[in-house]
Amino acid sequence: MILLILILILITGGFLAWITGRRNSLVSRIISLLALIVDFTIVMILLVRTGNGEEKEWLVEFSAVWIKKFGIGMHLAADGLSLLMLVLTFSIGMLSVLISWKEIQSNTAFFHFNILWILAGITGVFLSVDLFLFYFFWEVMLIPMYFLIGIWGHENRIYASYKFFIFTQASGLLMFLSILGLYLVHGNNTGVYTFEYSQLIGTDLSPVVEILFMAGFLAAFLVKLPAFPFHNWLPDAHTEAPTAGSLILASLMLKTGAYGIIRFAIPLFPDASRAFAPIGMILGVTGILYGAKLAFAQTDFKRLVAYTSVSHMGFILLGAYAFNEIAYQGVVMQIIAHGISTGALFIIVGQLYERLHTRDLSRMGGLWEKVPALGAMGLIFSMASLGLPGLGNFVAEFLTLTGTFKASALFGVLASLGLIASTLYSLRILQKVFYGKSINDHRLKDLSFREAFVLGVMVIAIVLTGLFPQGVIEKARPSFGRIKTETEKSVNTASMENEMPIVYLNDHHPLLKTDQ
Amino acid sequence: MNTQDLLCLTPLIIIAIAPIIIMVTVTLKRNLKAVYIFSLLAFLMAFISLFLIPRNHSQNIGRLLILDNYALLFLGIIYCSSILVTILSYDYLKKMGGEKEEYFIILFVAVLGSSVLVMSEHFISFFLGLETLSISLYVLIAYLKFRDESIEAGVKFLVVASVTTAFLLLGMGLVYAETGKMNFHEIVVHGSKFRELSPLFLTGFGLILAAIGFKMALVPFHMWTPDIYQGAPVPVTTFIATISKGAVMALGLRLFTDIEGFDNQTLVQVVTAVSILSMFTGNFLALRQNNTKRLLAYSSIAHLGYLLIPFLAGTKNGIEAAVFYIAAYMITSLCAFGVISVMSGSDRDSDSIQDLEGLFWTNPFMAIVFTLSLLSLAGLPLTAGFMSKFFLVLSGVGSGLWILAFSLVVNSVISLYYYLRMVKSMFTPAETANPVKISPEAGFVLTATALGILIIGILPSLLTMIISGVSLR
Repeated sequence: MILLILILILITGGFLAWITGRRNSLVSRIISLLALIVDFTIVMILLVRTGNGEEKEWLVEFSAVWIKKFGIGMHLAADGLSLLMLVLTFSIGMLSVLISWKEIQSNTAFFHFNILWILAGITGVFLSVDLFLFYFFWEVMLIPMYFLIGIWGHENRIYASYKFFIFTQASGLLMFLSILGLYLVHGNNTGVYTFEYSQLIGTDLSPVVEILFMAGFLAAFLVKLPAFPFHNWLPDAHTEAPTAGSLILASLMLKTGAYGIIRFAIPLFPDASRAFAPIGMILGVTGILYGAKLAFAQTDFKRLVAYTSVSHMGFILLGAYAFNEIAYQGVVMQIIAHGISTGALFIIVGQLYERLHTRDLSRMGGLWEKVPALGAMGLIFSMASLGLPGLGNFVAEFLTLTGTFKASALFGVLASLGLIASTLYSLRILQKVFYGKSINDHRLKDLSFREAFVLGVMVIAIVLTGLFPQGVIEKARPSFGRIKTETEKSVNTASMENEMPIVYLNDHHPLLKTDQ
Repeated sequence: MNTQDLLCLTPLIIIAIAPIIIMVTVTLKRNLKAVYIFSLLAFLMAFISLFLIPRNHSQNIGRLLILDNYALLFLGIIYCSSILVTILSYDYLKKMGGEKEEYFIILFVAVLGSSVLVMSEHFISFFLGLETLSISLYVLIAYLKFRDESIEAGVKFLVVASVTTAFLLLGMGLVYAETGKMNFHEIVVHGSKFRELSPLFLTGFGLILAAIGFKMALVPFHMWTPDIYQGAPVPVTTFIATISKGAVMALGLRLFTDIEGFDNQTLVQVVTAVSILSMFTGNFLALRQNNTKRLLAYSSIAHLGYLLIPFLAGTKNGIEAAVFYIAAYMITSLCAFGVISVMSGSDRDSDSIQDLEGLFWTNPFMAIVFTLSLLSLAGLPLTAGFMSKFFLVLSGVGSGLWILAFSLVVNSVISLYYYLRMVKSMFTPAETANPVKISPEAGFVLTATALGILIIGILPSLLTMIISGVSLR
């Protein structure tokens, strides 16, 4: 029940913010913030009280019948991974309300309605274990995001909002066809027609059908992630969205794609995933290098940060298809660390834009002297982005690379080059924006208390995840245990030759015992 | 004719008597409001009288009509929609001024024709219903005689409908000549040798299908739709888009199921082609339209293309999906056209996409309602359109119609572009703010339909429960 309440708080909060905020915008800001604080507190309590729960399938669960005739259930459930994702969701949500405090001055009530509804959709995605419900929430988050980009975005917002919507909707519909196919095949096999995740896992599929169905799921997830050939919508959407929109897109919405791969695509279609693994890893490596190259070539600061996302998401794809636990740990760390570091970079871009009214790198430079505090923040998060040890991204990339190397040395080596590439673009950010000669001599205000607070929280978070990743890893481990057993099971039954080498690490591996 | 038959005909009798009463009173004294309230009451009575008729019992009335759950459900949908159309019409005509009482007389006749259509199981009642409907539509479309485009649309419809009628009659004649039967399932009983059909029968049946295609505006018989939608006064467009099309769909589905069309390979191929063509043509032509009525006309062509999928599924689930889709589509269209109707002034209909600009900021209520209906047409979650598309795809995929399901998906994506275009224009700031006043009754229609869209979208079980009693033989 508590899980349903989490979503309902956001939905009703959205309505309240809209209705009450039409006279006074402050009211809608406060209501949104309150709704998110309440949700955040609930999730933190859940996270602390549930422990690591290795023995239970789900830590928290809620189940009710929705459309009985078709076996559709309102089934929400959370394990360690989902709870972690929710913590990220609600904290990023709070930050996005805070950073919009001054930026958004028109139609604030409707703005906050959209923010809360996007977050409600994302929360639903992270909690649904009924495939119909999952698709439902998957789509729910699109419409408010479309409004967010289309109404409050920058110059080219209309084009970007269309592109975003059509890309994601088209790929989502392909997933929907796959879901229906899976539902019908399972129903025909067993006589039980249901969209229930735990029942659909292990459905008997012929190899060709399995690959087709998996392709439908992957279409949705790879576009959302975004993986290399499908990343086209991302730079536009990120660049044109208001800061809060970019923040939510980068930190949360992309992660729904990653979550989808880990939670649905691989466990539902283990054999096809195994066959797809080399392709997945190629796409991942290409994404890492190509994204970094494009990021380096940008002149628009926001677009640059957007392309770094493509590069970082490559690591997630790579790790997900390395099929070993250490890589999965890297994936979770990457989800969280990228959410913080790239989110923070978008916030910095937004704050610079508020001061300079430009995102053009060639019109920046020498800003360190004028806004030293903002510069320091820029330094920290550029370092995070290039993977400086001690910050979260380093742990993530290191674990992913270690895992990948065990699965395939070639891809591991190639992906490592991405670290050099990320150093290049990160240093370029610093040089172009903060160092060098000052181009114009406007007087700029340094960080206000609100802005400093937002970035300060993110600094603490990225340092904590860098120094003490164990808590996160422990919490998420049971979720991977399930994936591992699912894939193992199919390995035992499948008689495929030329499989990828798989290495499962046990708890005694030195890498897993960093600070126990 | 016994009392049971009479009971079953009560709704039709009410709908038939009401216009006569209006006719008589109007000759004595004209009062638009009184006529309007009387019409509302008459439709309401007809709707209530449906509950007197025993359910789960298929009653043949004479040889021409049949009253089963299927017909009963559609009568219910038609009368509900008629109530809403009546309210919209009153709200619209009020702004025009002048003597407009006769409008409601014709509206009743059109509804009577639709009612006969959904109850018909025989060529004669089919033809009678269709003609009653069409002839009243000529008048309704051209009703605002001071508008040139209205007259033009009326004449166009007259020509198209007459040709259709000729086709239909010839087709019926040929089938009758071959089989000697006019009842839908007697034809198929005759066609136990259905698989080797004589050219005469095939030609006849093809002509009938073409006529139905004309009425449903399926490609390649769709050309008239945009002009008529654009030219007719908005409430009449609403009527055509919902009640008139819904009734023909209901009849088409009954005919197709009665003759077991989904078992005939040729027929299946033809319908598949028509369905896919309708989807693509409708959506592609809608992309560049700047007139909302015209745009919705093209979108309706695509929607009827989708709706052919369950025809081919030939399962009970398929029929339920089709009925669900028709119901959801009617509510959504009522909502969308309702907004256009409310926005329209006395001089012209607000049917340009520019008229929508800034609506989000000048009149958020209407903007939200319109957005909701557009999202429902596009088939996005939380709306009736999403659930109906889901049932449709499920019935298609369940019967192995992957090509159709796939082209539905592709078309949903194409259609997004133009639905979003309308949504977008609602939140682009307008150059001239001209706030629209909503009368309470129009507000009621919009609220009711918008709530309907949401409720069906979130709790579809409420509707599927009613529909699950429906079956065709």
